[in-house]
Amino acid sequence: MEHIISVTVENKFGSLSRIAGLFSGRGFNIESLSVAPTLDPSMSQMTIVTSGDERIIEQIVKQLNKLIDVIKVVDLNESDFVSRETALIKVHTRPEDRAEALRIADIFRANVIDSTPATYTIEVTGDPRKIGAIINLLQPLGIKELTRTGRVAVARELIRSTDVPAKKIARE
Amino acid sequence: MKLTGAEILIECLKREGVKTIFALPGGVVLKIFDMLHQQKDIEVVLTRHEQGAGHMAEGYAKATGKAGVCLVTSGPGMTNVITALADAYMDSVPLVCFSGQVPTSLIGNDAFQEADNMGLSRPCTKYNFLVKDVKDLAVTIKEAFYIATTGRPGPVLVDIPKDVSMDKAEFVYPSSIAIRSYNPVYEGNKWQIKQAAEAMTKARKPVLYVGGGVIFSGASQELMELAELTHMPVDMTLMGLGAFPGEHPQSMGMLGMHGTYWANMVMHYSDLVVAIGARFDDRVTGKVSEFCPHAKVIHIDIDPTSIRKNVNVDIPIVGDCKMVLRELIQILRATVNGDQRELRKPWWDQIREWQQANPLAYQQEADGPIKPQHVIQRLYELTKDRDPIVSTDVGQHQMWAAQYFKLAKPNRWLTSGGLGTMGFGFPAAMGAQAAFPGRLVLCIAGDGSIQMNMQEMATAVVHKLPVKIIILNNRFHGMVRQWQDLFYEGRYASSDLETTPDFVKLAEAYGAVGLRASKPSEIDAVLKEAIAVNKPVIVDVPTYRYENVYPMIPAGGCNHEMILEDPPALRNKQSGAGQVAPKDSDTILTA
Ligand SMILES: Cc1cc2nc3c(=O)[nH]c(=O)nc-3n(C[C@H](O)[C@H](O)[C@H](O)COP(=O)(O)OP(=O)(O)OC[C@H]3O[C@@H](n4cnc5c(N)ncnc54)[C@H](O)[C@@H]3O)c2cc1C
Ligand SMILES: Cc1ncc(C[n+]2csc(CCOP(=O)(O)OP(=O)(O)O)c2C)c(N)n1
Ligand SMILES: [Mg+2]
Repeated sequence: MEHIISVTVENKFGSLSRIAGLFSGRGFNIESLSVAPTLDPSMSQMTIVTSGDERIIEQIVKQLNKLIDVIKVVDLNESDFVSRETALIKVHTRPEDRAEALRIADIFRANVIDSTPATYTIEVTGDPRKIGAIINLLQPLGIKELTRTGRVAVARELIRSTDVPAKKIARE
Repeated sequence: MKLTGAEILIECLKREGVKTIFALPGGVVLKIFDMLHQQKDIEVVLTRHEQGAGHMAEGYAKATGKAGVCLVTSGPGMTNVITALADAYMDSVPLVCFSGQVPTSLIGNDAFQEADNMGLSRPCTKYNFLVKDVKDLAVTIKEAFYIATTGRPGPVLVDIPKDVSMDKAEFVYPSSIAIRSYNPVYEGNKWQIKQAAEAMTKARKPVLYVGGGVIFSGASQELMELAELTHMPVDMTLMGLGAFPGEHPQSMGMLGMHGTYWANMVMHYSDLVVAIGARFDDRVTGKVSEFCPHAKVIHIDIDPTSIRKNVNVDIPIVGDCKMVLRELIQILRATVNGDQRELRKPWWDQIREWQQANPLAYQQEADGPIKPQHVIQRLYELTKDRDPIVSTDVGQHQMWAAQYFKLAKPNRWLTSGGLGTMGFGFPAAMGAQAAFPGRLVLCIAGDGSIQMNMQEMATAVVHKLPVKIIILNNRFHGMVRQWQDLFYEGRYASSDLETTPDFVKLAEAYGAVGLRASKPSEIDAVLKEAIAVNKPVIVDVPTYRYENVYPMIPAGGCNHEMILEDPPALRNKQSGAGQVAPKDSDTILTA
C-alpha cells in the first residue's frame, strides 16, 4: 500500500544522500521525494511517497529514525492527511487546439504560466488523481514536456465533537 | 593556545583514553603521523595493509569493549579499509576510523589519490563526517566516539582533509555531547517488561536466545542470574558465544545453521523464545515461515530496526540488555517461587534426551589423518585454564571452533559473523594482543583465509604481538567444498587450493616461529610448544581434507531438519581420501 512519510532532518551536507542511500541499499520503493528547508533553517522537511506491506513500512519508519541526521519521522497514513502536488505541463497547441487547451486548464483551475504561438505551459496543483486526469485530457494535444514536484503532505488537525467551538480554535 | 589539526586529533585521542592506534601513512596524513611520531602516549602500530589496520582495531574493540581506532590515507588507503568498516558495521563493532583527504580546495577535482570517502563509507558506517574546518575538529571527534560507542555500536569515519590537519585552532574538548537527532533508548518500557516476566513464569518450554548484544551491553552477569532464576536453557548465536559459560549445564552451545542438534531442537519446540541482543539472522532462523512455530517471542534489543525485521515479535522491548534484564530479574525475584524447576522438568528431560541422541561427534583414529575437530578440542583442553582470547577466520574451521572451543567469559571470542570476512582472524587477534600484551591470544585459521592477511606477520614480529596461529590446513576452501559436495554433486569449482605455501618456512621467513603437527600423536606437544613461545607462531596442521561440519541446516531449511552426518553417497566417495601431510603429488581424490 502507498504511504506518505514526512521526515524532518538536519539541514546538513549529505543528509539527502543518506536517505536516498537507505532506500536504494535496502530495496525500499521510493515513488517521489521532495525536500525543502523548514522555518528553522537548520532543518529540512522531506516528504517521501513509498509503498510496501505493513512490515516493510514499519522497517522504513524505523530505519529512517535510526539515521543519525533524522530528527522526526511521521507516517502520515497513521492519521488523516492532505497532500498536494504541482505539475508543469508544456503542451503543443495547434491554432485549432488553443481554445481546447485553455478550457481544460480552466476545468482544473490550472494556470497558463507561459505561452508561445505553438505551446502553452500549464501549472496545475492537486492530488495525484487530479494531475493524472488533466494529463489524460491534454495528452491528445501532445505533451511536449512534463515535470512534477512530487507530493508534499501534512496531517490534518483533528477536531473532535467535544472540542471547543471552531471559532475559538481559530482565534487561538 | 592554538594547535594544528594534527595536534588537536592527538589531544582528542588522549582524552578518549586511546592508547594504541593501527595505521598506515600517506601523503595527506603526513602531518598527523609527524605529530604522532613526536609523542609517547599513543602507540602507533604500523600495519602492512589498511584492511589489517581495520581488523586490528576491531579485535581491540571486541576484546576491550572500547572503540578501536585506525588511521589511513586518502584514495587507496581508504578503499583498502572499507572491508573492515563493512565488517564492523555488520557485527556492531565500535570503531573510529580517521581517513586522510585531499585539501578542501581540491575536493571534487579528481586530485591525486582523491576518493569520495564519504560516499564510499556511507553504506558501511554508522555515521561519517567530513571535517571542513579545523575549528570543528575537536567536537567532531567527540561526536564520533560518542556515536561509535553508544546505542547499537558501530564504525564511524572521520575524513580529514590535509589542510585541516595543518591549520590551527584553539583547542577546546567538549566534556559532554548531545545530538538532538540521536538519543538511544536504554531503559525498557516497564509495562512490556512486566508482560515479559509474566510470560516467562508461565512458559513450560522456554529458551533464552542470546546474541552479541549481551556482550556489548556487558550483561553476562545479569544473564547468568536470569538463567539460573528461571531455569531456562541458553542458546547462543555465533556472536553471542562467551556471553554465557559454554560449560554451564544450562548452556546449549550455538544454535543455527551449524549449531548443536539440541540448541536447534530447543528453539523449534519451545513455547517461548526470549531473544536478548540477537537479531534473528537467517543463519539462525532458517526458513522463517517455519521458525519456532509454537513459540511466543519476546525480543529485547537496543535497535528498534532489529525488532520485527525478520520474524514477528509478541513482546518487543527496546532497551539495553543489562538494564532490561535487571528489571526483569527484579520482577521475577518477587514472583517466581521455587517451582520453576518442577514446572520445567519435562522440558529438561526432553533436552537431555536430545543431547544424548546426537552429541557433537567425530572419529579420530590414532594413526589416521588428523581431524580438525580434534585439534580444536585439544587446543581447548590445553589452554582453557589460561583464559585465552580466541579469534577465527571464516569457514569450516570457524564453525568447529564455535562448536568445540567453549568460552567461559565474554570478550574472548573474535569472529566475523555478519559479513563473514576471510582474513579477519589474524589481524583481529593482533588487535586483542596489543590491548592485552600479557594474555594468551589464539587464532584458529583456515589455510585459505590466513593468506588474505598474511602480510601482517611482519607487523606482529615488529610489534612483538605473540599471537598463536593454528592453521587447520585442508588445502581447500573447505566450506565451499562442503557445499559443493552436498549441493553441487561434488564438482569442486575453484575450491581446491591444491597447494599451500610451506607455512612453517613462511613463518620463519617473517622472523616468527613455524611448527607443524603431522600426526595425531604430535598435536599436544606441538601446541604446548607454541603456547610456550613468546613470539608470534604459526602451527600448521594438515588435516583430513574432506571432513564436513555437522549438524547442518541447509540454507533456507527448517530448524528441526538437520543433516547430522555425511550422506551415504559422500561417505563412500571419501573412503581412503585422507592423507597425513601435504604432498606435491596430491590430487583430488574423489574423481
Ligand atoms: C560461515 C558462517 C556460518 C555461520 N553460521 C552461524 C550459525 O550456525 N549460527 C549462528 O548463530 N550464526 C552463524 N553465523 C553468524 C551469522 O551470520 C550472524 O552474524 C549471527 O547469527 C548474528 O548474531 P547475533 O544475532 O548475536 O547478532 P549481532 O550481529 O551480534 O547483533 C547484535 C544485536 O544486539 C543488539 N544490541 C547491540 N547492543 C545492544 C545492547 N547494549 N542492548 C541490547 N541489544 C543490543 C543489536 O542491535 C543487534 O540486533 C555464521 C557466519 C558465518 C560466516
Ligand atoms: C573475503 C571472502 N571471500 C570469499 C568468501 C567465501 N568463503 C566462505 S568460507 C570460504 C573458504 C574458506 O577457506 P579456509 O580459510 O581454508 O577455511 P576452511 O573452510 O577450509 O576451514 C570462502 C571462500 C568469504 N567468506 N570471504
Ligand atoms: Mg581450508
